Amino acid sequence: MISADLAHAYPELILAIGALALLVAGAFAPKQTTLVGGGAVVLLLVAAFAAATQPLGVAFSGALVTDAAAAFSKVAIYLASAVAIPLGQPWFERRGVKTFEFPVLIVLAALGMGMMASSGDLISLYVGVELHSLALYVLAAMHRDNAKASEAGLKYFVLGALSSGLLLYGSSLIYGFAGSTLYSDIAVAAGQQANTGLLFGLIFVICGLAFKVSAAPFHMWTPDVYEGAPTPVVAFFAAAPKLAAMVLFARVLGDAFPAAAGQWQQVLVVIALASVAVGAFAGLVQSNLKRLWAYSSIANVGYAVLGLASGTSEGVQAMLMFMVLYMIDVTGFFACLTALSRQGRSMETIEDMAGLIKERPALALAMTVFALSALGLPPFSGFWAKFYVFKAALDAGLWGPAVIGLVGSVVAAFYYLRLIKAMWFDSSAGATDRPPVEAKTVAVGLALFAFPLVLVALTWLDPAVAKAAHAFGLA
Amino acid sequence: MIIGLAHYLAVAAILFTIGVFGIFVNRKNIIVILMSIELILLAVNINLVAFSAYLGNVTGQIFAMFVLTVAAAEAAVGLAILVTFFRNRGDISVDDASMMKG
Repeated sequence: MISADLAHAYPELILAIGALALLVAGAFAPKQTTLVGGGAVVLLLVAAFAAATQPLGVAFSGALVTDAAAAFSKVAIYLASAVAIPLGQPWFERRGVKTFEFPVLIVLAALGMGMMASSGDLISLYVGVELHSLALYVLAAMHRDNAKASEAGLKYFVLGALSSGLLLYGSSLIYGFAGSTLYSDIAVAAGQQANTGLLFGLIFVICGLAFKVSAAPFHMWTPDVYEGAPTPVVAFFAAAPKLAAMVLFARVLGDAFPAAAGQWQQVLVVIALASVAVGAFAGLVQSNLKRLWAYSSIANVGYAVLGLASGTSEGVQAMLMFMVLYMIDVTGFFACLTALSRQGRSMETIEDMAGLIKERPALALAMTVFALSALGLPPFSGFWAKFYVFKAALDAGLWGPAVIGLVGSVVAAFYYLRLIKAMWFDSSAGATDRPPVEAKTVAVGLALFAFPLVLVALTWLDPAVAKAAHAFGLA
Repeated sequence: MIIGLAHYLAVAAILFTIGVFGIFVNRKNIIVILMSIELILLAVNINLVAFSAYLGNVTGQIFAMFVLTVAAAEAAVGLAILVTFFRNRGDISVDDASMMKG
């Protein structure tokens, strides 16, 4: 019995035991940071393979759900985490922070995110959320001699803890009024009669999760944290944790509250449109690129939530597709920022990027691809992402929200084009340093995916995402 | 007067509100924010245990145990980040955490 349950938890077991082993190895050989980093990458790849091949079903009395959606999102999360290690570790070492904890923390965060994606119970939801959040707080403040990084870590911690509190308070109400913490039991209780206590709890949970995905009006931590935290760390936590939190969102709404779809759809539409508006308009006045991309990520999360707000299986499919394609974009963009520096100083403002096309053509071209993709211009990957979302919204009859979303994306075009104009047409702001190989490789590789590889990838991504979306309890 | 479920829920709701206000209204010290976070988690625990006793169902108490342990870990991480912040700035007032704005 227990061995059958454990078979469903292989990816988690691999990561948990592996992370502890790496921690011990790092403590005994603190100089071998590259070895620990390499071990962590291998661990994540093995876990991704285990997640892709694991048996489907439920384990631990329903607390752990390993369906097609969990398998799909775990593979995406683990691969995105594996990319973050070669991107971040050399960056830290160049700045004199030679620590083996960085890869271990990434592995622990990946473990938490995997648990979020396959939670089937409010307790496993909470443990997953906290496991990944605690690792992310530390990662944000990892560059500990840097005043901005520790301020970012502190802000992230305070608001993250508040959001966990909201999530928990909601969970406690749901438990009390449904009499169980299992999603399947909650779905039964919510289906029987309209229950104010349950809805109250659901609203708290939605607020807590909106914090985690940085959707407006719970987005205020995002710009500060993105600006202050080390760039490769931002490349990590702008991508995988967002996907994990969105999948968790879909799990709670789809598996535990399909009966209350009428109620949560309205809330999600408001959150989605507020995010798109905040992201588009507040981004217009930013000159720091990390801050700008924080607003861009708020807007993009808005589109993902809009997909979910459709309340259909097609909407979940659109959300998953959007998040996967967006992850590639955002990781690639921050990899470009990681690669660029001028006399050892990071280049973070739009003015710094002036004339980059003559200085660093490959990176400038990659950044152009990511900006055009985030803008949603066909045939870049961002266009396909938005295409799925708007199609799902229109099929669900959300005409008004879809039109407002499109207008928001037109407004946001201003700041993406401003960056492209600075890179291509302004006079150069001076010579840049030689970009480090690993960051440049990641940036150019992901740019090649954003266009043209995405056109090939969509042919197998589309059925995989559709299969994952059908695992949720939405028609 | 019999102390029933509603009383416990009311106490928890009051504690929760104090905690949330403690984070947003407090303009002095970051330690106070950490205390407010603990208040929020405490409110949740009261809720869970009260529901558990009312429903005659042990899940709530198990959940409360998880919350307790995670709260301890959270406080440790929070204090550690606060220490690095103090080393860099020499102060832990809330107004001091304002290098980044916009």
